[in-house]
Amino acid sequence: MGAKDSGSPTAGRDVEARVDGEAERGVPPRPTAGSELSKPDSGRWVEELSTEGRVRDDAVARLHALLLRAARFEVKRRRGSLPHLRGDELEDIAHQSADDAVVAVLGKLGDFRGESLFTTWAYKFALLETAVNLRRRAWQGRETPLEPESWPHFDDPHASPEADAERSELMAAIGDAVATALTPHQRHVLVSVALNDVPIDVLADRLGTTRGALYKTIHDARRKLRTKLAESGLEVAAAGEGARP
Amino acid sequence: MLEPGELGRLLGPGGNELLCESCFEELDRYVELGLGDADADAQIPGMREHLEGCPACREDYESLRAFVLSEGRKAR
Ligand SMILES: [Zn+2]
Repeated sequence: MGAKDSGSPTAGRDVEARVDGEAERGVPPRPTAGSELSKPDSGRWVEELSTEGRVRDDAVARLHALLLRAARFEVKRRRGSLPHLRGDELEDIAHQSADDAVVAVLGKLGDFRGESLFTTWAYKFALLETAVNLRRRAWQGRETPLEPESWPHFDDPHASPEADAERSELMAAIGDAVATALTPHQRHVLVSVALNDVPIDVLADRLGTTRGALYKTIHDARRKLRTKLAESGLEVAAAGEGARP
Repeated sequence: MLEPGELGRLLGPGGNELLCESCFEELDRYVELGLGDADADAQIPGMREHLEGCPACREDYESLRAFVLSEGRKAR
């Protein structure tokens, strides 16, 4: 995930005002057909960001302007989840996220393989930093619930008695699998993220780990549950599985 | 109460899936392939499954796709 060190390599708002027009050069002409057309631009980005002096400073300033636009876009998309934040607080988050993203992009420049436009590659760092920062803010001071209040079960008033019985059996088996097949850590992480909607980044912060490590825990827990259910003779097809051979 | 959708959220996508680090690495390419004519799912196996199983990466994907689309629209 992105670098967490703050400290903008650029001068923030002033820079953005000065280079905004320039930054338009980094925009792909069209997301579909633009790829081939703009590959040389991607090379130029990397070249200019890798050099020194005035050329690099200008490129960094243009990069910051691009990433700030991405960050503001993300803030706009998510502002419904943060109704208590004022406009200037949201703008601060956008700036902080753009600063972090510039640091992350410069740090990972060597990883850019040119398989997408440089701008698309760079945007993802800004969108990630912004999303993570906003999720953190939304959960600031909130407890992350540990367990579902009571073990949930299907309750469909329209289901036939047979379907009801099948579901009850399935739910009992799942409840049993969750209780017996998982470690307490697996249970906690899986229930928090999958059932209680705790953002995985927020939980990772609180447990002192990363999104990737926590997802691996979830992945392993799900596999254990599926194995356990299969052992009980219950096959559970998951959403989207049918489309694949 | 466990809503029907929650069973899927609990048990996840099943099958082989990428994990978050690889998902982030491939995200830009996956989005561009998806916006083009290519079969993004065939070219990056396990991505779609991960996006089904991981709400945070799913949101990152949706944001990147939406932003690239909106930038493309502006530049036209
Ligand atoms: Zn993920």
